[in-house]
Amino acid sequence: MVKLKDLIQKKPIMEGGHRMCLGCGAPILVNLILRASDAPVVLSNATGCLEVASTIFPYTAWNAPWIHSAFENAAATISGIESMYRALKKKGKIDKKINFVAFGGDGGTYDIGFQSLSGALERGHRFVYVCYDNGAYMNTGVQRSSATPFGAATTTSPAGVVIPGKLQKRKDLTKIVAAHNIPYVAQASPHNWLDLAKKAEKAFSVDGPAFLNVISPCPPGWKSEAKDTIGLCKIAVDTCFWPLYEVENGKYTINYKPKEKLPIETWLKPQGRFRHLFKPENAKLLKQIQEDIDKEWESLQKLAAL
Amino acid sequence: MGKLVALTGNIALATAMRQINPDVCAAYPITPSTQVIEQFSEYVADGLVDTELIAAESEHSAMSACIGAAAAGGRVMTATSSQGLAYMWEMLYIAAGMRFPVILACVNRALSAPINIHGDHSDSMGARDSGWIQIYAENAQEAYDNLIQAVRIGEQMDVRLPVMCCMDGFTTSHAIDTLELLDDKTVRDFIGEYKATHPLLDVEHPVTYGALDLQDYFMEHKRAQAEAMKNSRKVIVDIAKEYKKISGRGSIYFEEYYMDDAEVVMVIMNSAAGTVKTVIDAMRARGEKVGLLKPRIFRPFPYNELADALSNVKAVAIMDRADSVGAEGGPLFMEFKSALYGRKNQPMMINKIYGLGGRDLMLNDIEEIYKELREIKNTGKIKALSEYITVRGEEAAYGKA
Repeated sequence: MVKLKDLIQKKPIMEGGHRMCLGCGAPILVNLILRASDAPVVLSNATGCLEVASTIFPYTAWNAPWIHSAFENAAATISGIESMYRALKKKGKIDKKINFVAFGGDGGTYDIGFQSLSGALERGHRFVYVCYDNGAYMNTGVQRSSATPFGAATTTSPAGVVIPGKLQKRKDLTKIVAAHNIPYVAQASPHNWLDLAKKAEKAFSVDGPAFLNVISPCPPGWKSEAKDTIGLCKIAVDTCFWPLYEVENGKYTINYKPKEKLPIETWLKPQGRFRHLFKPENAKLLKQIQEDIDKEWESLQKLAAL
Repeated sequence: MGKLVALTGNIALATAMRQINPDVCAAYPITPSTQVIEQFSEYVADGLVDTELIAAESEHSAMSACIGAAAAGGRVMTATSSQGLAYMWEMLYIAAGMRFPVILACVNRALSAPINIHGDHSDSMGARDSGWIQIYAENAQEAYDNLIQAVRIGEQMDVRLPVMCCMDGFTTSHAIDTLELLDDKTVRDFIGEYKATHPLLDVEHPVTYGALDLQDYFMEHKRAQAEAMKNSRKVIVDIAKEYKKISGRGSIYFEEYYMDDAEVVMVIMNSAAGTVKTVIDAMRARGEKVGLLKPRIFRPFPYNELADALSNVKAVAIMDRADSVGAEGGPLFMEFKSALYGRKNQPMMINKIYGLGGRDLMLNDIEEIYKELREIKNTGKIKALSEYITVRGEEAAYGKA
């Protein structure tokens, strides 16, 4: 069982001095997850903020073996590494346990890397895939992704005179991954460090693929304050925009139920990307967002009751 | 002497792979290379190899997994064709740029559109700038021999580059041919143990692969890669000589057929070279001084050696089984023009685009070209610098002929 005093004693795998933005969620969740590993790790990273800002040659922020090869293939790349591990283990050339982790943003996971992820999950490699979901292609300047929330303004779904931001709902990737019937799938948030660390620990313990979808605020993309990053994560969970749940061998469990579900405006208001939704003519959009969240929360509770 | 067997080109490749016994093989099936991986999967299922087989969900992921596996620290192989190679294209550059000696058996096939499953060289020619060493084979024997040598060439410490071994789809891949196999031990002794450099699985010594490389370092890394390709020239020669000692077979950069006194010459790669040899035999019997130059190594392009080989020739037809649409001739033609540039005794050169989508090059087609070359030699005049041959007109393109 993970304990805070043990976690903080471990040397961070992602060292300081990298160039991630102030208030970025990714390094926080990356280090927390890696600290929960019971064995040395080998990492594969999709192209994205985490990659470009952590390895500007000749520097690297990584205290573990790390590879980035392209945008859409973090899962395929780690599957090759894990296969080589099994090959060399079989030949007696390696004996210690190693954990394999792939990182991707929502662009590299929900969209361009979706096929590679699905393939690696189906093949059953022993690896943990971590999606840091900041809800857009932030690395290239905030373009919409299939994880961008309905109504959000991005540079390719701007809030214009005629079109009020993104008109499509998010892809529910966590459930799509769960549909691969892999041993462990979870949705988590860095504000609840204990829940996230426990989930990481479980993910590392299974003999097969595991997937962690972790909300990761992006102040430049969300048009939010860096100091609000952890607070926004908490509100995302308390509004049920981002429920904390896990799927263990097909069994859904909700890990946190807010005593009183906060209205979605609480989450939208501090983020500039939703500012236009508060214009009187967009009141119906706000209503629709709330209705969708209520419906999804209800459906998740039904799944957990099965 | 090895064992004489009758195998298709694909099974010959799979046999070489079995003898090489790579640590990881990641692939996605595509005609006409599918059989290589099917056969190899049987070897895996029957425990004849120690390989971890990754049946990837696409060629892009197959090459990505090869890159991950190579970075992890071991011997890695794959096979593909046509669209599969095109789909890998992004990752081909990355395998080469990261200096991983991945071995790829490329069973040449036309690229879409129109869709076609038969052999031409548009797939591997499209990858000619990707930083891979490219070796071409006329028949199953050469394909087998090349694949075994590729392991040594790519893994040489001052090379460390991926190697693509090409042979023609169907003509070579599916036709049964006789070839001589080396015994398993000879192959294993020849290729030796894999030496991993900075493997990801050495967790005590963490390394970062694939860092962001900006204006201040990128060019040095690309130059180092270009130097590695230059270094491979000597390695290719050494390995070919060493291989000849154990097998009694093989050419180095290219094969010469009746080149000693040839006045007119055809330059052609892969399976069609066999047909050309048949024509040459007949023409030589009539006393005609015709010859063949069959390139084996396309990358690195042996420009000096090839230009030297043509220095006493009067007229040459460079035969391209791929086009570079919009350029003045096919890719092989452009390489030869460049190789001969500034040379004193340049032969007159023409270019023929032939055999696209697997269209056969017949004996009389070849003889016609030799006749044209003789005409060029006698008159000093070229009618068409580069043209498609054995092709119908516009009506046929619209289905009217």
